[in-house]
Amino acid sequence: MSEWEPVIGLEVHVELDTETKMFCGCAVTKGDPPNTHTCPVCLAHPGALPVVNERAVEYAARIALALGCEVRPRSIFHRKNYFYPDLPKAYQISQYDEPLAVGGSFDYWVGDQKLSCRINRVHMEEDAAKLIHAGGETGRIAGSDYSMVDFNRGGTPLIEIVGEPDIPSPEAAREFLQQLRNLIVGLGVSECNMEEGQIRWDANISVRPAGSDRLGTRTELKNMNSFRFLQQALESELPRQVAILEAGGTIDQETLHFDPETGTTTPLRSKEEAHDYRYFPEPDLVPLTADEAWVDKVRQDLPELPAARVERFMSQYGLSRYDATVLGGGSTMARFYEDVVAEGVDAKLAANWTMGEYSAHLNAAGLDPGHGHVTAARLAALLRLVADGEVSGTAAKQVFALMIEERAEPRDVVTRHDLGQVSDTAELEAVVASVIAAHPAQVEQFRAGKEQVAGFFVGQVMRATQGKANPQLVSELVRTALTG
Amino acid sequence: MTAGLDPLRLTARDARRLLTDGEIAASELVKTYLDQIARVEDRVHAFVLVTADNAAKYATEIDQEAGATRGALAGLPTAIKDNMVTEGVTTTCGSRILGNYQPVYTATAVRRIWGDHIVMLGKSNLDEFAMGSSTENSAFGPTRNPWDLSTVPGGSSGGSAAAVAAGEALWALGSDTGGSIRQPAALCGVVGMKPTYGAVSRYGLIAFASSLDQIGPLTRTVYDCALLLRGITGHDPCDSTSIALPGEIELPAAERLDGLRFGIPTEYVSTGIEPGVLERFEQTVTLIEELGATCVEISLPHTEYALPAYYIIAPAEASANLARFDGVRYGYRSPHAGDLTEMYEATRGEGFGAEVKRRIMIGTYALSSGYYDAYYGQAQKVRTLVRRDFDTAFAQVDLIVSPTSPTVAFGLGSRTDDPLAMYQSDICTIPVNLAGLPAISIPCGLAGHLPVGFQIMGPAYSENLLLAAAHALEGAIGFDALPTFADSSAGARGADRR
Repeated sequence: MSEWEPVIGLEVHVELDTETKMFCGCAVTKGDPPNTHTCPVCLAHPGALPVVNERAVEYAARIALALGCEVRPRSIFHRKNYFYPDLPKAYQISQYDEPLAVGGSFDYWVGDQKLSCRINRVHMEEDAAKLIHAGGETGRIAGSDYSMVDFNRGGTPLIEIVGEPDIPSPEAAREFLQQLRNLIVGLGVSECNMEEGQIRWDANISVRPAGSDRLGTRTELKNMNSFRFLQQALESELPRQVAILEAGGTIDQETLHFDPETGTTTPLRSKEEAHDYRYFPEPDLVPLTADEAWVDKVRQDLPELPAARVERFMSQYGLSRYDATVLGGGSTMARFYEDVVAEGVDAKLAANWTMGEYSAHLNAAGLDPGHGHVTAARLAALLRLVADGEVSGTAAKQVFALMIEERAEPRDVVTRHDLGQVSDTAELEAVVASVIAAHPAQVEQFRAGKEQVAGFFVGQVMRATQGKANPQLVSELVRTALTG
Repeated sequence: MTAGLDPLRLTARDARRLLTDGEIAASELVKTYLDQIARVEDRVHAFVLVTADNAAKYATEIDQEAGATRGALAGLPTAIKDNMVTEGVTTTCGSRILGNYQPVYTATAVRRIWGDHIVMLGKSNLDEFAMGSSTENSAFGPTRNPWDLSTVPGGSSGGSAAAVAAGEALWALGSDTGGSIRQPAALCGVVGMKPTYGAVSRYGLIAFASSLDQIGPLTRTVYDCALLLRGITGHDPCDSTSIALPGEIELPAAERLDGLRFGIPTEYVSTGIEPGVLERFEQTVTLIEELGATCVEISLPHTEYALPAYYIIAPAEASANLARFDGVRYGYRSPHAGDLTEMYEATRGEGFGAEVKRRIMIGTYALSSGYYDAYYGQAQKVRTLVRRDFDTAFAQVDLIVSPTSPTVAFGLGSRTDDPLAMYQSDICTIPVNLAGLPAISIPCGLAGHLPVGFQIMGPAYSENLLLAAAHALEGAIGFDALPTFADSSAGARGADRR
């Protein structure tokens, strides 16, 4: 294997979160009853004409500029022709040889290694409607009794990001995609919700002798709807190609369908890909113009991008690159973390808790950062109690769990469940005295010079107080009692 | 019966004055036209659908409306070419595939004049999807020319032109992709105008070739043409290619052409023009000079390539525009289909007529991988050259004139087996569509018993100049012949008029 290296490229589609569709005034929605957001334009009634959604152009330009692309002063829409029931005009309005933006690059990290992938282009198009195939076993069109179309999604603004084949491994492909998704979410142009298919991608992969700069014949992989599946599909395709080449064979340029059940790929029937889209300029739309002042304005209004934020987290909060990437890679997690720190909590303590207990809670509940059952303000309040010695580190984890369960303020939880740290010297002296009295043998050992036995007494006191005692204070009191 | 209202002679200008002065009621005016439809429609077949009840009812409502709140075109009976969608009124586009199609919205141009309280008499016949020059390609039977029922009215707006000529409508809206308003206007002896591309919204006009299609009026006079054009022009936010003309359409009054320079393109008059048509044309040129203008020969050197370029570009766009008629959402769906592919094939195979299929095939071919550059790409280059020809010419002259059609109305069925001969009919009208320019056709006399059209072309946005010049010339020509409803093939049936 070692003498072969993969060359991977990704094409990523993102639905934009505009209020209205790409070419008509219908609302972009999720989960509404079928065919409730339609009009003559997005149903392709005779005589209806498209009008470009300017907000969608702005969102697309934001993505393009965040990827360092040049937004071209003039771009045009093309018609991409093919028949399918989810495409009511039987052509998709897309962009072809004069796209919105070209020539950027995207930097991403795989562990401590910084990689860069060139971006060929960012172009705009419209999404297809949704097909529901009824009566079959597979939910696919073959074997179904009939099919229904929901045009609510039809015409949703879509952008396509075409990456160059610069990605060196399946793992890097997954990182590229995750970090690209973080970038887009942070731009406020799409939630990139994976379940709803707001972000979708195809991958192409070829292999070549390590160190070569020639590109081999590539295959295209489809139907990978999670980051894991992307990596898995590439990891299964890679040895397949190597085996063929090592046996002296050649790779067929074909499209492969990934099956998540088996973790393998199978070729799509060639008929399905034998398309001639007959692209030609869309005569219903005038060329899209983007003057310099507008582009500058969009550029200036870009929020802080993840790469810059990670660097800032490292320098401002003293975090490791790993921690800064976990916390600063995505805008929602970054915002939560900084909200906690802004409440006066130590940056490292806040980092440990955000990456630890808080992330575990999000994962367990399947929630996005910022949408968990503990607000940044409450987590900060808890961490202040820890810092002030009012709650022990051990008890704090219990308090955190109860804050989620009861949706309550940390102080109320501590009071209600009596989880406060006991720092009352008189109260603890009494406990220490009784523990010493109960273990005369250990007292003898200590007095014989075996000082580590002190730890045994501290443990016994902590147990007796159900972990609430201030361990530092207990340690002092134990030593005083034994030596005094 | 209203005495003195002759639907064959009445102009919109006069009808409007009679209505405003209270001399006639809108309901009387509408009845005049509905009566004429009842009298001649079975012979002319200008309409796909006559909305008699609605028209009569609406006219009564207008009569009850106070004068001050009446729209500018209130009560004027109008035919609408059946490729403009009208909410709740079946719109077929002359095709079986839309035989029962009920639009859910109304075309902007129609909505504008409805807003002016115009009365729609019905939807006029056309070549299927506006593809044709004779109205013989309608799925609902051909329209006949009121000047000679054995001949065609031209096309594709043949129903609109015939309706106006036959007194079945006061005026009409048509659409023009390569001559589809001007050529039938010429063959039916009425006025027809294609405005500058974008001057009238295409929203709701069932697309044939999007970069060429333009809605325009067919009327009895140039004044009426301006009046109706004024009602339909204007920028429409629903049509990205629509534009606002630099000034409002003026109602023309000019009687002279002093100081204007007219160009006569040698390429238009050198070949293929019927002697009778050429004679009328030359007489009209003489009149132009008598009205104080000068006429000079000019050259539009790429004219001979315009027709082939058009027959690439228009079918290419049509092949995509007509792809939406797939049986999925509306319109005809073949019952003879098992799976999706069969449904597409059977629906479109049964729903479209021969000429439409021919053009879809041509267009699909021209856009295909490996042929695009040789056909579509090359045609777009020719289009640019044709446009430059006009730019150069309009640096020398104010307006350009030519015959509208190389022939007068031809016999029904005489060209249906020869598409190329049919396509030649648009040789003088196609170049301005490629260039996006305005042009008007006015009647300039008869050749034999059939009308001849005279075309005036102008630079982009020159509608007012074009209308003024056409108005002055119309006065000098003094065309006042009327159609006879004769059928020369069946032995003269004689005049139908009382």
